[in-house]
Amino acid sequence: MTMPSGSPDPSFSEVDAAPAEMPVAVYRPENASASDASGGSDSAGRPTGAPAENLITIEDLKTYYPIRAGLLRRTVGNVRAVDGVSFEIRRGEIFGLVGESGCGKTTLGRTLVRLEKSTSGQAHFDGTDLLTLHGSGLKKFRRRMQVIFQDPVGSLNPRMPVSDLIGEGLLAQATPENGWADRKVRDKRIGDYLEEVGLRRDYSRRYPHEFSGGQRQRVGIARALALEPEFIFADEPVSALDVSIQSQVLNLLLDLRERFNLTFLFVAHNLSVVQYISDRVGVMYLGRLVEVAEVADLYAGPRHPYTVALLSAVPDPDPRVRKKHLVLKGDVPSPAAPPSGCRFHTRCWLYEQLGKPEKCTTDDPSLRVVEQGGHLAACHFSENLDDAVVRQTVATQDVVQTTVPVEA
Amino acid sequence: MTETAAVHDRRAGVGEVLLDVRDLKTYFHVMDGTVKAVDGVSFTLRKGGRLALVGESGCGKSVTALSIMRLIETPPGEFAGGEILFDGQDVLKLDDRAIRKVRGGEIAMIFQEPMTSLNPVMSVGDQIIEAVLLHQKVDKKGAHDIAVAALQDVGVADPKRRVKQYPHELSGGMRQRIMIAMALSCNPKLIIADEPTTALDVTIQRQILELIKTIQERTGAALLLITHDLGVVAETVDEVAVMYAGRVVETGTVEEVLLHPRMPYTRGLLESIPSQAKRGQRLSAIKGTVPNPFRMPSGCKFAPRCPYAWDICSESEPDLIQLGSERTARCWLNDPRYHDRLEAYEASRPGGHG
Repeated sequence: MTMPSGSPDPSFSEVDAAPAEMPVAVYRPENASASDASGGSDSAGRPTGAPAENLITIEDLKTYYPIRAGLLRRTVGNVRAVDGVSFEIRRGEIFGLVGESGCGKTTLGRTLVRLEKSTSGQAHFDGTDLLTLHGSGLKKFRRRMQVIFQDPVGSLNPRMPVSDLIGEGLLAQATPENGWADRKVRDKRIGDYLEEVGLRRDYSRRYPHEFSGGQRQRVGIARALALEPEFIFADEPVSALDVSIQSQVLNLLLDLRERFNLTFLFVAHNLSVVQYISDRVGVMYLGRLVEVAEVADLYAGPRHPYTVALLSAVPDPDPRVRKKHLVLKGDVPSPAAPPSGCRFHTRCWLYEQLGKPEKCTTDDPSLRVVEQGGHLAACHFSENLDDAVVRQTVATQDVVQTTVPVEA
Repeated sequence: MTETAAVHDRRAGVGEVLLDVRDLKTYFHVMDGTVKAVDGVSFTLRKGGRLALVGESGCGKSVTALSIMRLIETPPGEFAGGEILFDGQDVLKLDDRAIRKVRGGEIAMIFQEPMTSLNPVMSVGDQIIEAVLLHQKVDKKGAHDIAVAALQDVGVADPKRRVKQYPHELSGGMRQRIMIAMALSCNPKLIIADEPTTALDVTIQRQILELIKTIQERTGAALLLITHDLGVVAETVDEVAVMYAGRVVETGTVEEVLLHPRMPYTRGLLESIPSQAKRGQRLSAIKGTVPNPFRMPSGCKFAPRCPYAWDICSESEPDLIQLGSERTARCWLNDPRYHDRLEAYEASRPGGHG
């Protein structure tokens, strides 16, 4: 496997968008207007209710983990968990981030809320540079950005009653103005927020093991909410829950977003959940954002071959559908040594269909406007994607021989 | 249960009955009392047929599968009643020697977490060879060839090098392929797949699902799929048994059960699935949680969470009511005496499906 070429960073290169010289765009063949990329205007007049103002802007963010080896633990390489990601989250929206394990979606969120250290790049929250904050400035900021974790068991200390689990954060953020240093004020607040998430006030005396999985996740949500954050990073918040409980928690999150004017970064691997809850969606592959669009545009007309394959892979619960699925070959490559050129080319069905164009193996595609309404994709051949080429691929694929040979 | 027994002969289709689970009861005696994990489960699977056991965590679907393989430790487990007829013989009555011949030979199992079900200190080739030597009359060389061929069959590129690798060197999808190769190497009549794709990413899940479907059709083995994912059910099997609180609560063809559920729990599960069509509306969640196994409600176990329940539901538990030759549901709505209630239930059917 070759190391990636030192190609430029994948910020939104709007110059690439000029569709005149490209083949006609497939799904909605209109000229992409470059100004849409960060504008926040709606596509096709569909009301999203999302205001145009950006709460968070992320530019060329990188988070690497060093690989150490040898007696002196020298750094011999890097796991490039997040490798040059740029996008913005608008105030009041739910931005869904999808991708398979190891694509960097969780690391990206954790870097934003300063639970991981970034390697380079920028992130601004409401105009403040997030990544250089430290000390009391960072502590003050933490109140504004909260996290809901995936594992409702692992993220709640089993030795603490709920009153301490929620109260701890309040105490840490206590100021003379909010008066949270006073136990009575805290207890009132803890009870209020337990009710807010559909639990009883007196549950504050209980310990985590006394709750079901869904109730524990509610405690985690109450803990995040009690600090009155503006932004919540929800990391796979319903993945550990059964479907009937999952829907209760999704309903709750949507209610709370309305009630408290919250902005969410919602990370999940379940594409149906993300489709249901998100306003806009980003798709990640191997540390990169490969597609960003309004949720309806992304699901109805994906413009990156990876997104096409992801969406095609989801089993449909309607037995009348029984569609043929597109089957990707191989596994996700190691983020320590991503493929050259486009990182997806080693598994890309479109690359195969187009006769393996050299450009895919040499040029790292930037995220560019491929459709109006701020639909971005990082694929050299996005314009070649259409139903016909998908059908052709599905008709000729071998669904059993889908592994790659052992690496030498 | 008698009503399921009566169904067999009338069913047209794949073949004669291969697996007939009758009123199975698997209990666990633990410190706090007895957990009736499986409490009267009945279903049948025909030769070459494909059936899914569906339900949420704790409904007893995995314990049912493990009971069929006799992989329940006793104690604390106990087979408290019922029978599991596999190819005419009761698995529960087999001695240890006989059950070992069936287990891994005639019935193969694919587990959810391939990492924990493969031996970490043995090469994958040796693990398949071990299974082959146990169940087939071949020498070491012959077993090796069977192992390589089995890997080839499950789409493993470069099988001669793969057999020398250890589980930790493989990806999750590759490990699951090894499990499937191992399951196939002994030409089983029945493959039990317990959440085979739950631990996998969506594109790898797709690879494994396609593989299982292709292999099942190619070998003609019957498939018992254990899953919580109704999407996987809809595209993989022909028949479904929905489980709740240790019981089968609805059975039928995939089309009948998923499009016209006659048990409110099944309907609730289907409506809970988020989708584009439901954007902007609240998801209709099933209220409450599954009952505590030590404090099972009297009457219908779903009644406390059921939006359609009335007096009788909390007083007395319904049997699996026969709705047609291939169709049962454990719900009073289907009793002819309450026909008007069934009509109201049908009329209240929201858009979504249908």
